[in-house]
Amino acid sequence: MGAKIVDFGGWDMPLHYGSQIEEHHKVRRECGMFDVSHMNVVDVKGERVRDFFRLLLANDVARLKTKGKALYSCMLNRQGGVIDDLIVYYMDDSWFRVVMNAATRDKDMAWVNAAAKEFGGLTVTPRHDVAMIAVQGPNAKEKVYQALGEALRAPAGALKPFHAVTVGELFIATTGYTGEDGFEIILPAKAAPFTWQMLHEAGVPPIGLGARDTLRLEAGMNLYGSDMDETTTPLESGLAWTVALEPAERKFIGRETLDKQKALGVPRQLVGLVLEDRGVLRNHQKVACNGAGQGEITSGSFSPTLEHSIALARVPAAVKIGDRCTVDLRGKPASVRVVKYPFVRNGKSCL
Amino acid sequence: MSNIPKDLKYTKSHEWLKPEADGSVRVGITHHAQDLMGDMVYVELPQTGAKVTAGKECGVVESVKAASDVYAPIAGEIVEANTVLSDAPETVNKDCYGAGWMFRMRPANKADLDGLLDAKAYEALVASEKH
Repeated sequence: MGAKIVDFGGWDMPLHYGSQIEEHHKVRRECGMFDVSHMNVVDVKGERVRDFFRLLLANDVARLKTKGKALYSCMLNRQGGVIDDLIVYYMDDSWFRVVMNAATRDKDMAWVNAAAKEFGGLTVTPRHDVAMIAVQGPNAKEKVYQALGEALRAPAGALKPFHAVTVGELFIATTGYTGEDGFEIILPAKAAPFTWQMLHEAGVPPIGLGARDTLRLEAGMNLYGSDMDETTTPLESGLAWTVALEPAERKFIGRETLDKQKALGVPRQLVGLVLEDRGVLRNHQKVACNGAGQGEITSGSFSPTLEHSIALARVPAAVKIGDRCTVDLRGKPASVRVVKYPFVRNGKSCL
Repeated sequence: MSNIPKDLKYTKSHEWLKPEADGSVRVGITHHAQDLMGDMVYVELPQTGAKVTAGKECGVVESVKAASDVYAPIAGEIVEANTVLSDAPETVNKDCYGAGWMFRMRPANKADLDGLLDAKAYEALVASEKH
Protein backbone atom coordinates (compact mmCIF):
# COMPACT_ATOMS: atom_id res chain seq x y z
CA MET A 1 0.00 0.00 0.00
CA GLY A 2 3.02 2.27 -0.42
CA ALA A 3 3.76 2.61 3.28
CA LYS A 4 6.93 4.06 4.74
CA ILE A 5 7.91 1.40 7.26
CA VAL A 6 9.66 2.02 10.58
CA ASP A 7 10.75 -0.28 13.37
CA PHE A 8 8.53 0.13 16.45
CA GLY A 9 9.45 -2.07 19.40
CA GLY A 10 10.53 -4.86 17.06
CA TRP A 11 7.46 -4.55 14.82
CA ASP A 12 7.63 -3.28 11.26
CA MET A 13 5.04 -0.53 11.38
CA PRO A 14 3.73 1.86 8.74
CA LEU A 15 4.69 5.46 9.60
CA HIS A 16 2.53 6.83 6.81
CA TYR A 17 1.18 5.76 3.45
CA GLY A 18 1.87 9.11 1.74
CA SER A 19 1.04 12.30 3.61
CA GLN A 20 0.72 12.09 7.38
CA ILE A 21 -1.33 15.31 7.52
CA GLU A 22 -3.80 14.09 4.90
CA GLU A 23 -4.21 10.85 6.83
CA HIS A 24 -4.88 12.86 9.99
CA HIS A 25 -7.59 14.92 8.26
CA LYS A 26 -9.17 11.77 6.79
CA VAL A 27 -9.76 10.40 10.29
CA ARG A 28 -11.11 13.72 11.63
CA ARG A 29 -13.40 14.34 8.64
CA GLU A 30 -14.31 10.86 7.30
CA CYS A 31 -12.57 7.76 8.59
CA GLY A 32 -9.45 5.65 8.41
CA MET A 33 -8.10 2.34 9.67
CA PHE A 34 -5.05 1.43 11.72
CA ASP A 35 -3.34 -1.93 11.88
CA VAL A 36 -2.70 -2.12 15.63
CA SER A 37 -2.02 -5.85 15.76
CA HIS A 38 1.18 -5.11 17.69
CA MET A 39 -0.94 -4.36 20.78
CA ASN A 40 -0.70 -7.02 23.46
CA VAL A 41 -4.07 -8.75 23.96
CA VAL A 42 -4.12 -10.97 27.05
CA ASP A 43 -6.96 -13.06 28.46
CA VAL A 44 -6.96 -13.72 32.19
CA LYS A 45 -9.33 -16.36 33.51
CA GLY A 46 -10.16 -17.76 36.90
CA GLU A 47 -12.90 -17.64 39.50
CA ARG A 48 -11.29 -14.75 41.38
CA VAL A 49 -10.20 -12.79 38.32
CA ARG A 50 -12.07 -9.66 39.41
CA ASP A 51 -10.30 -9.60 42.76
CA PHE A 52 -7.00 -10.05 40.96
CA PHE A 53 -7.52 -6.93 38.84
CA ARG A 54 -8.72 -4.98 41.87
CA LEU A 55 -5.25 -5.64 43.29
CA LEU A 56 -3.27 -5.21 40.05
CA LEU A 57 -4.78 -1.98 38.70
CA ALA A 58 -5.05 1.60 40.00
CA ASN A 59 -8.56 1.90 38.61
CA ASP A 60 -11.23 -0.29 40.18
CA VAL A 61 -12.74 -3.06 38.05
CA ALA A 62 -15.60 -3.16 40.55
CA ARG A 63 -16.88 -0.33 38.33
CA LEU A 64 -17.41 -2.92 35.56
CA LYS A 65 -20.94 -4.12 36.18
CA THR A 66 -22.20 -5.11 32.74
CA LYS A 67 -20.54 -7.67 30.48
CA GLY A 68 -18.44 -6.08 27.75
CA LYS A 69 -17.78 -2.89 29.72
CA ALA A 70 -14.24 -1.52 29.41
CA LEU A 71 -12.09 0.44 31.84
CA TYR A 72 -8.92 2.42 31.20
CA SER A 73 -6.30 2.02 33.94
CA CYS A 74 -2.65 2.22 34.84
CA MET A 75 -0.76 -0.78 36.18
CA LEU A 76 1.65 0.49 38.84
CA ASN A 77 4.86 -0.74 40.41
CA ARG A 78 5.21 -0.76 44.19
CA GLN A 79 6.52 2.83 44.14
CA GLY A 80 3.41 4.06 42.30
CA GLY A 81 5.23 4.45 38.96
CA VAL A 82 3.39 3.47 35.81
CA ILE A 83 4.45 0.09 34.36
CA ASP A 84 1.91 0.48 31.55
CA ASP A 85 -1.51 1.87 30.73
CA LEU A 86 -4.15 -0.51 29.43
CA ILE A 87 -7.79 -1.20 28.76
CA VAL A 88 -9.45 -4.02 30.67
CA TYR A 89 -12.72 -5.59 29.50
CA TYR A 90 -15.15 -7.49 31.70
CA MET A 91 -16.08 -10.49 29.55
CA ASP A 92 -17.73 -12.61 32.22
CA ASP A 93 -17.25 -13.35 35.91
CA SER A 94 -14.28 -15.63 35.29
CA TRP A 95 -12.78 -13.89 32.23
CA PHE A 96 -11.23 -10.44 31.83
CA ARG A 97 -9.39 -9.30 28.70
CA VAL A 98 -6.64 -6.67 28.78
CA VAL A 99 -5.08 -4.76 25.90
CA MET A 100 -1.63 -3.43 26.72
CA ASN A 101 1.15 -1.67 24.82
CA ALA A 102 3.51 -3.47 22.49
CA ALA A 103 6.79 -1.78 23.42
CA THR A 104 6.31 -2.82 27.06
CA ARG A 105 5.25 -6.41 26.31
CA ASP A 106 8.11 -8.24 28.04
CA LYS A 107 8.05 -6.35 31.31
CA ASP A 108 4.23 -6.31 31.34
CA MET A 109 4.04 -10.06 30.96
CA ALA A 110 6.72 -10.63 33.59
CA TRP A 111 4.79 -8.42 36.02
CA VAL A 112 1.33 -9.86 35.29
CA ASN A 113 2.59 -13.44 35.37
CA ALA A 114 4.40 -12.93 38.69
CA ALA A 115 1.36 -11.24 40.25
CA ALA A 116 -0.97 -13.93 38.92
CA LYS A 117 1.26 -16.68 40.26
CA GLU A 118 1.32 -15.09 43.68
CA PHE A 119 -2.46 -14.59 43.59
CA GLY A 120 -3.11 -18.16 42.42
CA GLY A 121 -5.90 -19.89 40.53
CA LEU A 122 -5.52 -17.90 37.31
CA THR A 123 -4.55 -18.64 33.72
CA VAL A 124 -2.85 -15.85 31.77
CA THR A 125 -2.99 -16.28 28.00
CA PRO A 126 -1.33 -13.83 25.59
CA ARG A 127 -3.42 -13.97 22.42
CA HIS A 128 -0.76 -14.32 19.73
CA ASP A 129 -3.50 -15.71 17.47
CA VAL A 130 -5.40 -12.42 17.15
CA ALA A 131 -4.95 -9.22 15.17
CA MET A 132 -6.41 -5.79 15.86
CA ILE A 133 -7.78 -3.21 13.46
CA ALA A 134 -9.00 0.22 14.61
CA VAL A 135 -11.50 1.98 12.35
CA GLN A 136 -11.93 5.57 13.49
CA GLY A 137 -13.70 8.71 12.30
CA PRO A 138 -17.23 10.12 11.97
CA ASN A 139 -18.08 7.62 9.18
CA ALA A 140 -16.19 4.69 10.70
CA LYS A 141 -19.13 2.70 12.03
CA GLU A 142 -21.14 2.95 8.80
CA LYS A 143 -18.08 1.80 6.83
CA VAL A 144 -17.61 -1.18 9.11
CA TYR A 145 -21.22 -2.31 8.59
CA GLN A 146 -20.83 -1.75 4.85
CA ALA A 147 -17.59 -3.72 4.66
CA LEU A 148 -18.13 -6.48 7.20
CA GLY A 149 -21.86 -6.99 7.09
CA GLU A 150 -25.16 -5.43 8.14
CA ALA A 151 -25.43 -8.16 10.78
CA LEU A 152 -22.99 -6.12 12.87
CA ARG A 153 -25.22 -3.03 12.92
CA ALA A 154 -27.58 -4.20 15.66
CA PRO A 155 -25.06 -5.56 18.19
CA ALA A 156 -22.20 -3.09 17.53
CA GLY A 157 -24.44 -0.08 16.88
CA ALA A 158 -26.08 -0.53 20.28
CA LEU A 159 -22.77 -0.22 22.15
CA LYS A 160 -22.27 2.82 24.35
CA PRO A 161 -18.75 4.31 24.41
CA PHE A 162 -16.13 2.06 26.06
CA HIS A 163 -18.06 -1.17 25.63
CA ALA A 164 -17.41 -4.32 23.61
CA VAL A 165 -19.44 -7.13 22.12
CA THR A 166 -18.45 -10.46 20.61
CA VAL A 167 -20.07 -11.26 17.28
CA GLY A 168 -18.97 -14.64 15.95
CA GLU A 169 -15.18 -14.44 15.87
CA LEU A 170 -15.11 -10.65 16.02
CA PHE A 171 -14.60 -8.70 19.23
CA ILE A 172 -15.88 -5.18 18.56
CA ALA A 173 -15.21 -2.35 21.00
CA THR A 174 -16.20 1.30 21.03
CA THR A 175 -12.74 2.37 22.10
CA GLY A 176 -10.00 4.22 20.26
CA TYR A 177 -7.00 6.48 20.37
CA THR A 178 -8.11 9.36 18.16
CA GLY A 179 -10.91 11.27 19.93
CA GLU A 180 -13.31 10.21 17.17
CA ASP A 181 -16.20 7.77 16.93
CA GLY A 182 -15.38 4.26 15.75
CA PHE A 183 -14.45 0.72 16.65
CA GLU A 184 -11.43 -1.27 17.67
CA ILE A 185 -11.85 -4.80 16.30
CA ILE A 186 -9.98 -7.82 17.62
CA LEU A 187 -10.18 -10.76 15.23
CA PRO A 188 -8.40 -14.01 14.37
CA ALA A 189 -5.03 -13.16 12.82
CA LYS A 190 -5.75 -15.34 9.82
CA ALA A 191 -8.89 -13.31 9.04
CA ALA A 192 -7.09 -9.95 9.30
CA PRO A 193 -5.74 -9.56 5.72
CA PHE A 194 -9.17 -10.31 4.24
CA THR A 195 -10.95 -7.99 6.67
CA TRP A 196 -8.43 -5.23 5.96
CA GLN A 197 -9.03 -5.71 2.24
CA MET A 198 -12.83 -5.55 2.67
CA LEU A 199 -12.52 -2.30 4.61
CA HIS A 200 -10.16 -0.92 1.99
CA GLU A 201 -12.58 -1.82 -0.79
CA ALA A 202 -15.33 -0.02 1.14
CA GLY A 203 -13.16 3.11 0.85
CA VAL A 204 -11.46 3.14 4.25
CA PRO A 205 -7.88 4.42 3.83
CA PRO A 206 -5.04 2.96 5.90
CA ILE A 207 -3.51 5.39 8.43
CA GLY A 208 0.05 5.20 9.73
CA LEU A 209 1.66 5.58 13.14
CA GLY A 210 2.53 9.22 12.42
CA ALA A 211 -1.09 10.36 12.18
CA ARG A 212 -2.01 8.05 15.06
CA ASP A 213 0.32 10.13 17.23
CA THR A 214 -0.99 13.57 16.17
CA LEU A 215 -4.59 12.35 16.52
CA ARG A 216 -4.07 11.05 20.05
CA LEU A 217 -2.15 14.18 21.07
CA GLU A 218 -4.97 16.45 19.85
CA ALA A 219 -7.39 14.19 21.73
CA GLY A 220 -5.27 14.68 24.88
CA MET A 221 -4.54 10.98 25.30
CA ASN A 222 -1.35 9.94 27.04
CA LEU A 223 1.37 7.96 25.29
CA TYR A 224 3.20 5.49 27.49
CA GLY A 225 6.95 6.11 27.59
CA SER A 226 6.50 9.79 26.67
CA ASP A 227 3.85 11.23 28.99
CA MET A 228 4.30 8.73 31.80
CA ASP A 229 6.60 5.90 32.76
CA GLU A 230 7.88 4.09 35.85
CA THR A 231 9.32 7.30 37.31
CA THR A 232 5.98 9.14 37.31
CA THR A 233 2.71 8.43 39.07
CA PRO A 234 -0.69 8.70 37.36
CA LEU A 235 -1.42 11.72 39.56
CA GLU A 236 1.51 13.55 37.97
CA SER A 237 0.46 12.42 34.50
CA GLY A 238 -3.04 13.83 34.10
CA LEU A 239 -4.49 10.44 35.00
CA ALA A 240 -5.96 11.12 38.45
CA TRP A 241 -9.38 10.36 36.92
CA THR A 242 -8.21 6.78 36.31
CA VAL A 243 -7.16 6.18 39.93
CA ALA A 244 -9.83 4.90 42.32
CA LEU A 245 -8.74 5.77 45.87
CA GLU A 246 -12.21 4.84 47.13
CA PRO A 247 -12.87 2.43 48.72
CA ALA A 248 -9.90 3.08 51.01
CA GLU A 249 -9.60 -0.59 51.93
CA ARG A 250 -8.72 -1.63 48.35
CA LYS A 251 -4.95 -2.07 48.66
CA PHE A 252 -3.95 -2.02 44.98
CA ILE A 253 -0.26 -2.19 44.08
CA GLY A 254 1.37 1.26 44.24
CA ARG A 255 -1.37 2.75 46.39
CA GLU A 256 0.88 3.91 49.25
CA THR A 257 2.75 6.43 47.12
CA LEU A 258 -0.47 7.81 45.69
CA ASP A 259 -2.02 8.21 49.15
CA LYS A 260 1.11 10.01 50.26
CA GLN A 261 1.13 12.30 47.23
CA LYS A 262 -2.54 13.04 47.73
CA ALA A 263 -1.94 13.95 51.40
CA LEU A 264 1.18 16.05 50.82
CA GLY A 265 0.15 17.53 47.49
CA VAL A 266 1.11 16.27 44.04
CA PRO A 267 4.31 18.13 43.10
CA ARG A 268 3.89 18.05 39.33
CA GLN A 269 1.03 18.01 36.84
CA LEU A 270 0.47 17.37 33.16
CA VAL A 271 -0.93 20.36 31.27
CA GLY A 272 -1.62 21.31 27.68
CA LEU A 273 0.49 23.94 25.91
CA VAL A 274 -0.37 25.99 22.85
CA LEU A 275 2.50 27.64 21.01
CA GLU A 276 1.80 31.30 20.36
CA ASP A 277 4.92 31.88 18.28
CA ARG A 278 5.96 30.14 15.10
CA GLY A 279 7.72 26.79 15.18
CA VAL A 280 7.01 23.33 16.56
CA LEU A 281 7.12 22.14 20.17
CA ARG A 282 9.03 18.87 20.62
CA ASN A 283 9.44 16.22 23.32
CA HIS A 284 11.96 17.05 26.08
CA GLN A 285 12.07 20.79 25.42
CA LYS A 286 12.32 22.75 28.67
CA VAL A 287 9.44 24.93 29.85
CA ALA A 288 10.25 27.97 32.03
CA CYS A 289 7.22 28.66 34.21
CA ASN A 290 8.11 32.13 35.51
CA GLY A 291 8.18 31.96 39.32
CA ALA A 292 6.93 28.38 39.49
CA GLY A 293 10.06 26.63 38.29
CA GLN A 294 10.77 24.50 35.27
CA GLY A 295 8.89 21.81 33.38
CA GLU A 296 9.41 19.64 30.32
CA ILE A 297 7.41 18.81 27.21
CA THR A 298 6.41 15.14 27.19
CA SER A 299 4.64 15.12 23.81
CA GLY A 300 5.00 17.98 21.35
CA SER A 301 3.99 18.19 17.73
CA PHE A 302 2.14 20.13 15.10
CA SER A 303 -1.64 19.94 15.29
CA PRO A 304 -3.01 19.47 11.76
CA THR A 305 -6.55 20.33 12.92
CA LEU A 306 -5.59 23.53 14.76
CA GLU A 307 -2.74 24.38 12.35
CA HIS A 308 -0.33 25.33 15.10
CA SER A 309 1.89 23.48 17.52
CA ILE A 310 0.53 21.91 20.72
CA ALA A 311 2.08 19.85 23.49
CA LEU A 312 1.58 18.02 26.73
CA ALA A 313 4.06 19.07 29.39
CA ARG A 314 4.87 18.08 32.95
CA VAL A 315 5.15 21.28 34.99
CA PRO A 316 5.22 22.26 38.69
CA ALA A 317 1.86 22.12 40.48
CA ALA A 318 1.75 25.91 40.95
CA VAL A 319 1.32 26.52 37.21
CA LYS A 320 -2.29 27.48 36.37
CA ILE A 321 -4.45 27.19 33.28
CA GLY A 322 -4.14 30.44 31.33
CA ASP A 323 -0.55 31.12 32.49
CA ARG A 324 2.08 31.99 29.95
CA CYS A 325 5.37 30.10 29.96
CA THR A 326 8.48 30.14 27.80
CA VAL A 327 9.82 27.17 25.88
CA ASP A 328 13.39 26.95 24.67
CA LEU A 329 12.72 26.27 20.98
CA ARG A 330 16.04 25.22 19.52
CA GLY A 331 17.85 28.01 21.34
CA LYS A 332 15.13 30.63 20.91
CA PRO A 333 12.57 31.55 23.58
CA ALA A 334 8.97 31.05 22.45
CA SER A 335 5.75 31.90 24.27
CA VAL A 336 3.25 29.17 25.16
CA ARG A 337 -0.15 29.38 26.82
CA VAL A 338 -1.14 26.76 29.40
CA VAL A 339 -4.49 25.19 28.46
CA LYS A 340 -6.83 22.44 29.56
CA TYR A 341 -6.76 19.52 27.18
CA PRO A 342 -8.12 17.73 25.08
CA PHE A 343 -7.32 20.10 22.26
CA VAL A 344 -9.69 18.48 19.73
CA ARG A 345 -12.68 16.14 20.09
CA ASN A 346 -15.00 14.84 17.39
CA GLY A 347 -13.41 16.98 14.73
CA LYS A 348 -13.73 20.25 16.65
CA SER A 349 -11.34 22.46 18.59
CA CYS A 350 -11.87 22.45 22.37
CA LEU A 351 -9.71 25.56 22.91
CA MET B 1 12.41 6.87 -6.04
CA SER B 2 14.42 9.98 -5.46
CA ASN B 3 14.26 12.70 -8.03
CA ILE B 4 17.75 14.13 -8.69
CA PRO B 5 17.90 16.66 -11.56
CA LYS B 6 21.10 16.37 -13.60
CA ASP B 7 21.75 20.12 -13.92
CA LEU B 8 22.01 20.91 -10.19
CA LYS B 9 24.82 20.79 -7.64
CA TYR B 10 24.33 19.06 -4.28
CA THR B 11 25.70 18.91 -0.73
CA LYS B 12 26.14 15.97 1.61
CA SER B 13 23.58 17.62 3.88
CA HIS B 14 20.93 17.36 1.12
CA GLU B 15 20.75 20.91 -0.21
CA TRP B 16 20.65 21.58 -3.96
CA LEU B 17 22.16 24.59 -5.76
CA LYS B 18 21.35 26.16 -9.07
CA PRO B 19 23.50 28.96 -10.57
CA GLU B 20 21.31 31.77 -11.94
CA ALA B 21 22.00 34.04 -14.93
CA ASP B 22 22.64 37.06 -12.65
CA GLY B 23 25.49 35.31 -10.83
CA SER B 24 23.44 34.37 -7.78
CA VAL B 25 22.82 30.81 -6.68
CA ARG B 26 19.40 29.41 -5.80
CA VAL B 27 19.31 26.89 -2.91
CA GLY B 28 16.72 24.42 -1.67
CA ILE B 29 16.50 20.98 -0.09
CA THR B 30 16.42 17.84 -2.19
CA HIS B 31 13.54 15.54 -2.97
CA HIS B 32 15.22 12.86 -0.88
CA ALA B 33 15.45 15.22 2.13
CA GLN B 34 11.81 16.32 1.99
CA ASP B 35 10.73 12.71 1.50
CA LEU B 36 12.64 11.62 4.60
CA MET B 37 11.15 14.40 6.69
CA GLY B 38 7.56 14.12 5.51
CA ASP B 39 4.93 16.87 5.68
CA MET B 40 6.58 20.26 6.28
CA VAL B 41 4.83 22.49 8.79
CA TYR B 42 7.37 25.25 9.47
CA VAL B 43 10.25 26.83 7.60
CA GLU B 44 12.65 29.36 9.08
CA LEU B 45 14.50 31.30 6.41
CA PRO B 46 17.73 33.32 6.58
CA GLN B 47 17.52 37.12 6.58
CA THR B 48 18.24 38.93 3.34
CA GLY B 49 21.67 40.50 3.64
CA ALA B 50 22.94 37.89 6.08
CA LYS B 51 26.52 36.71 5.55
CA VAL B 52 26.72 32.94 5.71
CA THR B 53 29.57 30.48 6.13
CA ALA B 54 29.83 27.20 4.25
CA GLY B 55 28.52 24.30 6.32
CA LYS B 56 26.93 26.54 8.99
CA GLU B 57 23.20 26.41 9.67
CA CYS B 58 21.23 29.26 8.14
CA GLY B 59 17.68 28.02 8.32
CA VAL B 60 15.38 25.33 9.73
CA VAL B 61 12.79 23.05 8.18
CA GLU B 62 10.36 21.30 10.48
CA SER B 63 7.99 18.53 9.53
CA VAL B 64 5.34 16.95 11.73
CA LYS B 65 7.89 14.45 12.95
CA ALA B 66 11.25 16.25 13.03
CA ALA B 67 13.24 19.45 12.81
CA SER B 68 16.32 19.77 10.64
CA ASP B 69 18.83 22.54 10.08
CA VAL B 70 19.43 23.86 6.61
CA TYR B 71 23.11 24.57 5.98
CA ALA B 72 24.67 27.24 3.81
CA PRO B 73 26.27 25.16 1.05
CA ILE B 74 28.95 27.75 0.32
CA ALA B 75 30.05 31.08 1.79
CA GLY B 76 28.32 34.23 0.64
CA GLU B 77 25.49 36.68 1.24
CA ILE B 78 21.75 35.98 1.21
CA VAL B 79 20.07 38.13 -1.45
CA GLU B 80 16.52 36.75 -1.27
CA ALA B 81 14.52 34.32 0.84
CA ASN B 82 11.43 32.54 -0.47
CA THR B 83 8.85 34.07 1.86
CA VAL B 84 6.10 31.97 0.26
CA LEU B 85 7.33 29.15 2.49
CA SER B 86 6.47 31.02 5.70
CA ASP B 87 2.76 30.60 5.01
CA ALA B 88 2.93 27.53 2.79
CA PRO B 89 5.73 25.26 4.05
CA GLU B 90 4.11 22.32 2.23
CA THR B 91 5.41 23.88 -1.02
CA VAL B 92 8.74 22.21 -0.13
CA ASN B 93 7.03 18.80 -0.38
CA LYS B 94 5.07 19.64 -3.51
CA ASP B 95 7.84 21.22 -5.59
CA CYS B 96 11.22 21.13 -3.84
CA TYR B 97 13.24 22.06 -6.96
CA GLY B 98 10.77 24.72 -8.16
CA ALA B 99 8.39 26.86 -6.09
CA GLY B 100 9.78 25.27 -2.91
CA TRP B 101 13.27 26.83 -3.21
CA MET B 102 14.54 28.37 0.04
CA PHE B 103 16.89 31.24 -0.67
CA ARG B 104 19.17 32.90 -3.22
CA MET B 105 22.71 33.81 -2.29
CA ARG B 106 25.64 35.63 -3.85
CA PRO B 107 28.70 33.36 -3.53
CA ALA B 108 31.81 34.85 -1.98
CA ASN B 109 33.80 32.76 -4.40
CA LYS B 110 32.15 31.29 -7.47
CA ALA B 111 34.73 28.49 -7.66
CA ASP B 112 33.32 27.08 -4.39
CA LEU B 113 30.54 25.54 -6.47
CA ASP B 114 33.05 23.24 -8.12
CA GLY B 115 33.76 21.56 -4.79
CA LEU B 116 30.16 20.33 -4.43
CA LEU B 117 28.61 17.06 -5.56
CA ASP B 118 27.20 16.57 -9.03
CA ALA B 119 23.99 14.62 -9.61
CA LYS B 120 25.80 11.34 -10.01
CA ALA B 121 27.80 11.70 -6.80
CA TYR B 122 24.69 12.77 -4.89
CA GLU B 123 22.76 9.80 -6.23
CA ALA B 124 25.51 7.52 -4.92
CA LEU B 125 25.31 9.24 -1.52
CA VAL B 126 21.53 8.73 -1.32
CA ALA B 127 21.92 5.10 -2.37
CA SER B 128 24.55 4.51 0.33
CA GLU B 129 22.26 6.01 3.02
CA LYS B 130 19.54 3.52 2.20
CA HIS B 131 21.69 0.64 3.41
